[in-house]
Amino acid sequence: MTVMEQRGAYRPSPPPAWQPRMDPAPLLPDAEPYRVLGTEAAAKADPELLRRLYAQLVRGRRYNTQATALTKQGRLAVYPSSTGQEACEVAAALALEERDWLFPSYRDTLAVVARGVDPVEALTLLRGDWHSGYDPHTHRVAPLSTPLATQLPHAVGLAHAARLKGDDVVALALVGDGGTSEGDFHEALNFAAVWQAPVVFLVQNNGFAISVPLAKQTAAPSLAHKAVGYGMPGRLVDGNDAAAVHEVLSDAVRHARAGGGPTLVEAVTYRIEAHTNADDATRYRGDAEVAAWRAHDPIELLERELTARGLLDEAGIEAARQDAEEMAADLRERMNRDPELDPMALFDHVYAETTAQLREQRALLRAELEAEQEQHGEQEGGAR
Amino acid sequence: MTTVAVKPATMAQALTRALRDAMAADPTVHVMGEDVGTLGGVFRVTDGLAKEFGEDRCTDTPLAEAGILGTAVGMAMYGLRPVVEMQFDAFAYPAFEQLISHVSRMRNRTCGRMPLPITVRVPYGGGIGGVEHHSDSSEAYYMATPGLHVVAPATVADAYGLLRQAIASDDPVVFLEPKRLYWSKDSWNPEHPTDVEPIGRAVVRRSGRSATLITYGPSLPVCLEAAEAAQAEGWDLEVVDLRSLVPFDDETVCASVRRTGRAVVVHESTGFGGPGGEIATRVTERCFHHLEAPVLRVAGFDIPYPPPMLERHHLPGVDRILDAVARLQWEAEG
Ligand SMILES: Cc1ncc(C[n+]2csc(CCOP(=O)(O)OP(=O)(O)O)c2C)c(N)n1
Repeated sequence: MTVMEQRGAYRPSPPPAWQPRMDPAPLLPDAEPYRVLGTEAAAKADPELLRRLYAQLVRGRRYNTQATALTKQGRLAVYPSSTGQEACEVAAALALEERDWLFPSYRDTLAVVARGVDPVEALTLLRGDWHSGYDPHTHRVAPLSTPLATQLPHAVGLAHAARLKGDDVVALALVGDGGTSEGDFHEALNFAAVWQAPVVFLVQNNGFAISVPLAKQTAAPSLAHKAVGYGMPGRLVDGNDAAAVHEVLSDAVRHARAGGGPTLVEAVTYRIEAHTNADDATRYRGDAEVAAWRAHDPIELLERELTARGLLDEAGIEAARQDAEEMAADLRERMNRDPELDPMALFDHVYAETTAQLREQRALLRAELEAEQEQHGEQEGGAR
Repeated sequence: MTTVAVKPATMAQALTRALRDAMAADPTVHVMGEDVGTLGGVFRVTDGLAKEFGEDRCTDTPLAEAGILGTAVGMAMYGLRPVVEMQFDAFAYPAFEQLISHVSRMRNRTCGRMPLPITVRVPYGGGIGGVEHHSDSSEAYYMATPGLHVVAPATVADAYGLLRQAIASDDPVVFLEPKRLYWSKDSWNPEHPTDVEPIGRAVVRRSGRSATLITYGPSLPVCLEAAEAAQAEGWDLEVVDLRSLVPFDDETVCASVRRTGRAVVVHESTGFGGPGGEIATRVTERCFHHLEAPVLRVAGFDIPYPPPMLERHHLPGVDRILDAVARLQWEAEG
């Protein structure tokens, strides 16, 4: 007997009853990634939508190969290919209404282009002539974000602001599997759930963050499971199944627009090419793994479905290919022109009103440029 | 500029008024941060705003500085003017990523198409006996980041006027509130509350002929006190209050130094790699032939901010300033 019990003075009382705030079961993702193509669900899919997805996938693949070729010609400093991930990219753009916003990360040029941004303007960041070549307001696409996951809280803030204004605008934010380890990912999801902001987070789990495989990135059962801890639904989808990704994202967008709050979608996919043209993927993965994923190609999956159902024939395939070739030729032609850059623009957009310090520095650069030009002129004059 | 001293008020009161007036004048102004709603902020600067404007306009956020500033970016992208409160100087560090990678450069990277009118209020500096992480002077980090304005009021009138200007600015402003001046009162003219010099202009708070003390924020009252004390020694000190570190007012500062020929930069933050190094260099580059002595710095020591019982040894006080001023005389006497 303890002293307290002897005295009879101490009666430990139970803590106040604890109740979970909600039943977590409906938030949990399915055990298997959701699929449409090759299943009965495909019969319900809108043929017109499937054909649009197909055309965009073919374009996207061609864009990837063209951009990679441009790196070899020195026209692009670097290009992170999304070959193999086109279904996620295209579905991301097509799941949105015009008034919605897209928040891409650095690999998501395809989603940006599929949203309507000029293919050349979408590449200025990677070409090196300016950070964001497009006006974010024009197509409601935020600048491609290079620091991982940092664009996610922006999406939450924008969606929140839109809702405060009474606009039924949804923000869709893209992030990679590696990006889910960043603190900003956590903070964005938490804010979104607490504010019930109309945001959809799409994780493109392509297996690797540069060289680091998912197993070294997280110990979670799936990335979609992370949603439950924040109080939002997590959805797992086959990221190479364009119809499935489009359906899951569209559902999530509708849910958000209707005031249902955010959703976290994990699309399971694979990065077929190296991280960028500068990376050597053979150092961290084997050919067999890549081959297995090649056999699960997003374009082939959709093509098989469409042809099996008589929605696409040889002529249709050829037409899609032709359209993609034209896009690539235009991209190649315009990217092969030297961009005209004005060095004085360096000082133009630092502050709304240029500071005295920047005015001084601007004058210095102008003088340098003039001296350069004069020298140039003299040399030319001498040669003549 | 009107100088009628109508009413004594504290800096905290002036800041609250500025926020309230800004919110009333412009429905896109939103205040957000930790404890800013029901509690009114740990320094009560946001007191009453949630009640008056609703929780959508003065929002208690989750406890996450990067998230607060990151969501503010998205809100600004959609046309709002977020005013973010970082609870204490050292707790703004988790948000540096957002500040440096996005807030400071969004205008630039989008060729001017997406300015971010965000005000980041940071209660900063020492002298209040705070425990670790509650007294940092972080201005050098902000100054080193192009695209940000860095503003530090030292008077009640400036606290109001500069905060209104910061909120109205189309550029992001890091607004450093010297916490040890929150409760200090001075005169303020509520009839013309915005009637102060614009951001980017320094102000001569006391004119003199012997030397210029260049300072800002929490060190201004110390410098004014030093100038009074110096009078007894026959030194007539001029005191320049920078008010804003970015943009920097070379003109006012250099005009003063050219008049006096001697200068001391005074601030709390560390000397090595601190703002004083930049300021002294600018002055030397522009006023070399007018200088009778090297530009000196009186700064905090190059140490992590000390525990409260020792902070008085760290903070530049009147004596240390007077010692520096005495050292400026060497050439004249020598
Ligand atoms: C904050 C930050 N840290 C490091 C990097 C360097 N980096 C660029 S891409 C990358 C891997 C990203 O992997 P993941 O999020 O899975 O996206 P993926 O490349 O697979 O699309 C890293 C580490 C970065 N861009 N940002």
